[in-house]
Amino acid sequence: MLKFLLRRFANYLVLVALATTMGYFLAATSLNARANYEGRNPRPSQTSIDAKLNELNLNNHTPVVKRFTRWAGDFVRGDMGKTFDERPVWGEMKQRMGVSLRLLLLGSLFGAALGVAMGVIGAVKQYSFTDHFTTAWAFVLLSTPVFLLAVLLKFGAVKYWNAHVPDSVHLYYVGEKNPGLTGTSFVLLRDRIAHLILPTLGIVLGQVAFYSRYQRNSFLDVMGSDFLRTAQAKGLRRRTALIKHGLRTALIPMATFFAYSFGLLLTGATFTEKIFGWHGMGEWFIDSIAKNDINVVAAVIVFSAVLILIAGLIADLLYAALDPRVRIR
Amino acid sequence: MEVLREAEVLDPDHETGEIISRGRLVWRRFLRRKSAVAGGVILIALFVVAFAGPHLTRWQYLDQDLSNALQGPSGNHWFGTTQIGQDVFARTMRGLQKSLVIGLLTAFFSTGTAAVVGASAGYFGGWVDRVLMWIVDLLLVLPSFLIIAILSPQFRGKTWLLFVVLLAAFSWMITARIVRGLTLSLREREFIQAARFMGVPSRTIIFRHLLPNMSSFLIIDATLNVGGAILAESGLSFFGFGVQPPDVSLGTLIADGTPSFLTYPWLFLFAGGLLIVAVLAVNVMGDGLRDALDPNSSAVKARTRTK
Amino acid sequence: MTLDLPAETPTGRVVPGTPGAVLEVRGLTVSFPSESGTVTAVRGVSFALSPGEVLGIVGESGSGKSVSSLAVMGLLPSTARISGSIRFQGKELLGLGDREFSELRGEGMSMVFQDPLSALTPVYTVGDQIAEAVRIHRDVGKDEAKRKAVELLELVGIPNAKERSRAFPHEFSGGMRQRVMIAMAIANDPDVIIADEPTTALDVTVQAQILEVLGTAQEATGAAIVMITHDLGVIAGFADRVMVMYAGRPVETGTVDDIFYRPRMPYTLGLLGSLPRLDRAERQPLTPVDGNPPSLVDLPPGCPFAPRCPMRLSVCLELEPDLDPVRSGDTPGPGLHPGHRAACHRHREIEEQGLTATDVFPAQLAGEPPVARRPRESRTAVLDVEGLVRRFPLTRGAVFRRTVGTVHAVDGITFDIREGETLALVGESGCGKTTTINEILTLARPQEGRVAVLGRETTGLDRGGRREIRRDLSVVFQDPMASLDPRLPVADILAEGLKTYGVPREKRAARVRELLRLVGLGPEHASRYPAEFSGGQRQRICIARALALEPKLVVLDEPVSALDVSIRAGVINLLEQLREKLSLSYLFVAHDLSVVRHIANRVAVMYLGRIVEIGDVNKVFETPAHPYTQALLSAIPLPDPRKERERRRVVLEGDLPSPADPPSGCRFRTRCPLFATLAPDKAQRCIDEEPAVASQGPDHGAACHYAEVKTVL
Repeated sequence: MLKFLLRRFANYLVLVALATTMGYFLAATSLNARANYEGRNPRPSQTSIDAKLNELNLNNHTPVVKRFTRWAGDFVRGDMGKTFDERPVWGEMKQRMGVSLRLLLLGSLFGAALGVAMGVIGAVKQYSFTDHFTTAWAFVLLSTPVFLLAVLLKFGAVKYWNAHVPDSVHLYYVGEKNPGLTGTSFVLLRDRIAHLILPTLGIVLGQVAFYSRYQRNSFLDVMGSDFLRTAQAKGLRRRTALIKHGLRTALIPMATFFAYSFGLLLTGATFTEKIFGWHGMGEWFIDSIAKNDINVVAAVIVFSAVLILIAGLIADLLYAALDPRVRIR
Repeated sequence: MEVLREAEVLDPDHETGEIISRGRLVWRRFLRRKSAVAGGVILIALFVVAFAGPHLTRWQYLDQDLSNALQGPSGNHWFGTTQIGQDVFARTMRGLQKSLVIGLLTAFFSTGTAAVVGASAGYFGGWVDRVLMWIVDLLLVLPSFLIIAILSPQFRGKTWLLFVVLLAAFSWMITARIVRGLTLSLREREFIQAARFMGVPSRTIIFRHLLPNMSSFLIIDATLNVGGAILAESGLSFFGFGVQPPDVSLGTLIADGTPSFLTYPWLFLFAGGLLIVAVLAVNVMGDGLRDALDPNSSAVKARTRTK
Repeated sequence: MTLDLPAETPTGRVVPGTPGAVLEVRGLTVSFPSESGTVTAVRGVSFALSPGEVLGIVGESGSGKSVSSLAVMGLLPSTARISGSIRFQGKELLGLGDREFSELRGEGMSMVFQDPLSALTPVYTVGDQIAEAVRIHRDVGKDEAKRKAVELLELVGIPNAKERSRAFPHEFSGGMRQRVMIAMAIANDPDVIIADEPTTALDVTVQAQILEVLGTAQEATGAAIVMITHDLGVIAGFADRVMVMYAGRPVETGTVDDIFYRPRMPYTLGLLGSLPRLDRAERQPLTPVDGNPPSLVDLPPGCPFAPRCPMRLSVCLELEPDLDPVRSGDTPGPGLHPGHRAACHRHREIEEQGLTATDVFPAQLAGEPPVARRPRESRTAVLDVEGLVRRFPLTRGAVFRRTVGTVHAVDGITFDIREGETLALVGESGCGKTTTINEILTLARPQEGRVAVLGRETTGLDRGGRREIRRDLSVVFQDPMASLDPRLPVADILAEGLKTYGVPREKRAARVRELLRLVGLGPEHASRYPAEFSGGQRQRICIARALALEPKLVVLDEPVSALDVSIRAGVINLLEQLREKLSLSYLFVAHDLSVVRHIANRVAVMYLGRIVEIGDVNKVFETPAHPYTQALLSAIPLPDPRKERERRRVVLEGDLPSPADPPSGCRFRTRCPLFATLAPDKAQRCIDEEPAVASQGPDHGAACHYAEVKTVL
């Protein structure tokens, strides 16, 4: 088993390397770092621009392949280059990764757990009010882009929640915490949570909708299966059979969806960070494209490719854990 | 739908009875889904409004009514005006047009590519399959959002059709995998084998037997892709990576409206509302189509088979 | 076995329960809403089961037999509308809630389903699943239940039961899974076991094993069994009483001997007459039952079989006959044996005149093609296969795929087919017969050995050469539903081959009409889609397509096994007529040896990728020399209760070994009854040396070191 996991891992690693290479080439040819300096006032001299660009490995007059070799060489040694502000990319990336991972972890955990639960309820009570209600909301949420949902959440929080429910937690929509706040750790935690709710909702809702749809379909398929009939023929009551034999089996396809949904989640997190002013990887990406900051863009590409790889591996492991048919003895 | 499934299982010979043509049966099933019908009607209505709407008002989407800047909805400016006096209704209609057209075109190209790539990979197998699926895997490792955002400087000042091509180019992969999975099972079906053993050329088999037999799935997928494409388009446009000014789409309108969303909500609420309604209509219709065309195999089945 | 029963009552009327009956069903009616209207799947079924009795319910698909049994178990979907009465040990079951019903299920009544793969939960071990069945109804601990599960697995004949109980269903073969299902069904000593087509998905030798296990299970529990099947052979040897169902109703019921030797309802006559007989040397004409079972939506008045019945009168179309006693002495009344009953207005005539299937149904028997009258040696070979080998890499795992070995699917087989001849390739699943025909049909260079079609070797063929051969070689597949592109009208389907070979449009249309006529369809069928045809008609279209380019050799891959029994005979007759008329040669692949005996001239028996016996069909069937052939023939149930009672079965042990790791020497030795009796020095030869096909007389060869003729039929 371990051998095959390793082989699978190697395959993923090659994919990540290639994807990163491709991403670097695209970014390095598409983004023009020189324009940033040329647009400055007063305009620096051509030689000083070139010198600066060469130092940062951003000179578009250097052949792309050469720039890439240098970047890749540095990368292997653990150096991801410098940002435009001439700070090491890795240093900032460490902080920002933490921010993004908090959001992504919460999003995928809550999203999958709540989504699966809602899907099962919808399937078991097919055509009931609960089913229609959750289905309708799942559709609305799936049809709402994350950025719009984020804006609407802000809108709702400010106009209604904070305005009309004054005694409750005040919901913040900018940043991760109030910078000046001091006090006990409880106060600080409470502040954190008050900042966390809206952005997390912003990505969890979409994930819940996504999982609940697929789980519902998967469960409905299982509900018509022969083995469920066998379980009942043994003397299990329908409800027990559904939970004990149905749910376990209906979860299997979800492992695959985990991998698919992760890409979606990553994109969603980008919007959420940007809109709620979280200084994560997504926000960094958007800002650095505007700044033509190729090294940062490359770093984000590495980050997302590695995350998708990890999600893929987790999905494989989940699949093997859930389905004895794919396990290797 | 469960009722139908059971009846078929319990009475496999029921088709020997009264014969209803497939088209009519599908239509009947579709009509029974009230929400799906509503989705279809709304979608058509949106198209009509998007293209006829601009002719109903005297304002063009770039006109500036400077004396009435930043006003709320009124008889003159139905959806209000922007900071520089542009008519929000005219702009929203223009944006809706763009979003809908981009959605349709992208879905068409994306599903088309997926069908050809997936069917070829599945049918030919061997190295064709390995190479194509490897490309799919590679593209799946990079979220399309990142790639298009990176490439966005390239199409600044160029036609939005380029944007459509990009959107389509990075959204066909998952569908292609499913099509490949369907092809793998169809390929073993006897009617394909019969054609092969009769000496029918591969291209004919793919286009005459394989793809038509998954047309249900392709239609459903294309429909749902319209929604996905509209969402992707608006998301990219929201950050300025999509439709470029002076042209507008629902995404850019929302982006323009959000900074002042608390004080001047009409700037984004109409565009936002229409965006949700449009995508919702498409999704609901797609779901209804799936039930009507393909009552026995949900997308779940198709998808799990692909891995 | 005799049973006191009150008279048949009209649907709905409540009658007092029969004393002594363990299960009693009265006037059971089940209907479902569907797209095209209400489907009445069961229309008044009544029977009573005494303890320990075996009732066989026979019917074709859609006859309502499975729905009835699910209704008895309370397992129908909630959309079903059920009326009538179902009493278990005198207790009315209709109207019970899920809780009360579930206390009965698995405890008093249990069920064995048809498809043992999908009927077991894939994610739990078989031991756990059986233990669960025990724990639902018995207050025992986990370990105790597990121990009981192992005991049950031993009872149903699973070797290393303790170890195997920790395996998952997918690690079991089909036969083993069905044993697990039976173990689960008898876990709580039920009084009634309902077996719904328990052997349909299995090979014949495995079927024989499972029937034996069911017998053991019955002995162990003393349960009454309701055996539902479409296979009259299975019923003949297993049941005490039989109920024949058609269009949701019983049309004839009686003891097995009544049904098999004195059928009095034309449908039963037709069913029995349409079965080719394994045990008869001279070819019997088969009686095809024309037409199709009716749709169960808005059934017209009258006897549902009337449209297909050659004996119908005008009254048959107006009034549905009751299930009446066949003999007037058996007048119904309380306290009488239910006797032999038939639902036919003319059953008295059939009784009095002693009519048989051939009297009622038009039967034909086609002759041989003219060329076949010449001696075999002087005819040219249309197919010549020599030492053909096909191996596949064996991969495992869906997520973690890897190659773990080589499957020897076909391992050096040799045979030929002469003009106008039919060779049947028989064997159980996994024996390599499908791989063999795929190798022939792809016309690719074989991995080893050679294949020559009409004298041209496939090795070294270029595209053009292959194209030419394809004209002369065509194929008909097993599943007529899957064989026709559902999106094309019949005319396009038939014309596809013609188009590929550049036949001009006008000629194509004429040829399509001709083909349709040839297979007994009309030109008006050309514009219809496959979905508008019944299974038998679709198979006729497949045959027409295969004939479109006037081939010399047609490969028939199980052409009738997916069809209902009453439809089969018509297709077999058609194939025989076409062979005579068009001087065709057939390579007929089948697992049904009765059909083979009827249609083939020669037969080759395959086991694990090798031919173990080959030769003239009568010689192989009457004087089989290979122990496998003997076991195979002996495993096939005959539709003849008396013969079945007298027959001694050779039941093979275990399952087919993996073709990835075949036994050394003779591949059959691990299951061979002869090998088991050999002295060690003699047996060593079977282990060391692989036997080659050796002559057993003119046109008869067997691959066994100690071949010995043994009559098993």
